Amino acid sequence: MLILTCPCCGVTGEETEFHAGGEAHLKRFGPGSSEDQFEEYLFMRENPKGVHFERWRHVNGCGKWFHAARNTVTLEVYGTYAAQTHEPPADLRDKITEKVPGWTWREFQ
Amino acid sequence: MSNIVSALNNKAYADGIAEVREIGLQGMITLRGDLASSAVKSAATSVTGVKMPAPGHANSDGQHGICWMSPDELLVLCPYDAVADTLEKMGKSLAKAHALYVDVSDARAVFELSGPHAREVLAKLVPVDLSPAAFTSGMFRRSRMAQIPAAFWLHAPDSFRIVTFRSNAQYAFDLLKVAAQPGSEVGYFKG
Repeated sequence: MLILTCPCCGVTGEETEFHAGGEAHLKRFGPGSSEDQFEEYLFMRENPKGVHFERWRHVNGCGKWFHAARNTVTLEVYGTYAAQTHEPPADLRDKITEKVPGWTWREFQ
Repeated sequence: MSNIVSALNNKAYADGIAEVREIGLQGMITLRGDLASSAVKSAATSVTGVKMPAPGHANSDGQHGICWMSPDELLVLCPYDAVADTLEKMGKSLAKAHALYVDVSDARAVFELSGPHAREVLAKLVPVDLSPAAFTSGMFRRSRMAQIPAAFWLHAPDSFRIVTFRSNAQYAFDLLKVAAQPGSEVGYFKG
């Protein structure tokens, strides 16, 4: 069971109040991109054992989307942050490094 | 003129550890916009006579009230008969603001759950800490009640108002009725 705090309305709830929205920080490739890029965007996903970044929606609450950083092994939620960003905030990354030294996730570390 | 009725027409259940009642017609207006803007704030407060609630809170006074639904949404409560007038007044104050205000009275159902065990009954159904220390008067919470979305606040001590979608009204009523069945006291909040 994950306990998430919605950064939009500030409510802390358990995961059934939210809905998972898949991997975070995907780069979109559409018309004009190569087939490899499009395949990557459409199908290739991280499946880490450890630190993971996801999109979530506060579906039974304020209805807003946000990002969450969590650990797929320990189910610890490191933090949540706004949806309007292309990368995890620096303070959150530092916090994860303290707990999981040397973590990497796609281009982030 | 057709006879307007609420979803369950004031259905009530009083034989359990808490009383469940569909309160009947309640005017409800969804107001979306920038809640920091004075036009939006005054549109809500001037028609209800209550103060603007803090995030996650609701201010209500009888049939009037303002509930904080999300960072850009309020639920404005008023008597059912006054909805058209209220919308017109809000329209005047919001003429120059980027905002949406629409009558949702007939799309929702409102329940009252009251009695000394009301907290326990609701706590069986929602994933929210309802202990008297954690959920206090004035707080407003949108969450889920078993399988349906629900929003609730303490309208009076030991008396919750619960808002659900109208299409879920029968489900919500049955749910509350089962949770309030006689002999089902948990006693967790009473120490």
